[in-house]
Amino acid sequence: MAVKVIIPTPLRVYAAKKDSAEVSAETVGEALGGLTAQFSELRKHLFTDDGKLRSFVNVYLNDEDIRYMAKEATPVKDGDVVSIVPSIAGGC
Amino acid sequence: MAENFQLWISHDLSERIRRHGAEVFPHECCGALLGRDATAVGSGDSQESGTPREVLDLFPMVNRRDDSPRNRFAVTADDVRDAEKAASQHGLEVVGWYHSHPDHPARPSQFDREHAWPWYSYIIVSVMSGAPAEMTSWRLDDDRQDYSAERIEIRNSAGA
Ligand SMILES: [Zn+2]
Repeated sequence: MAVKVIIPTPLRVYAAKKDSAEVSAETVGEALGGLTAQFSELRKHLFTDDGKLRSFVNVYLNDEDIRYMAKEATPVKDGDVVSIVPSIAGGC
Repeated sequence: MAENFQLWISHDLSERIRRHGAEVFPHECCGALLGRDATAVGSGDSQESGTPREVLDLFPMVNRRDDSPRNRFAVTADDVRDAEKAASQHGLEVVGWYHSHPDHPARPSQFDREHAWPWYSYIIVSVMSGAPAEMTSWRLDDDRQDYSAERIEIRNSAGA
């Protein structure tokens, strides 16, 4: 399945300054894997050392948060758009 | 790799950040920095250290950490999208975020670093006993292990 992945502004410096990438995937997880295969420097900003999506990395499939679907196992179809959206946190 | 980051901001906008921090003290304030950065648009390989980034507007936000607002702040993904929309309506983009440190110095905490995104500028304003104090800006390093200080340059008028 040909899927478009939208890359958030703060990560474009690790993706040849592109705002999106085309990948071939059956699931959202595979789409993210395809993206980090193209741009390996993205990996540590999206995933923890043990391969889990970081808590402040939000992934949407056509505007639907994958946390409310099958998470990274959510299937994708041709023409779907996977968006990576930051959330921001901090403290003192 | 000593990066030489600079952040330009008008006196007026920097005062608005300070005021926001004072208004919500002893809670943390937060908001988006809207502006321009030469490295953001598809501008070839202009990503060299020292390229000025300019803050041209602010998008104050509600701190979503109701459970711990004195030492934490959070901006949800929906709020981030709202900030991005507001930015693009003005031909700008979200170049970073600001938050306050109530009764703490303007140094990024470990929690800040663990939750930071690269590339964004993170302005921190210290608010001591309700009065705005030092203001600093930082960017996360590529390896996520540390921060680099970013020099805040107060400009008299934003050169929009
Ligand atoms: Zn902080």
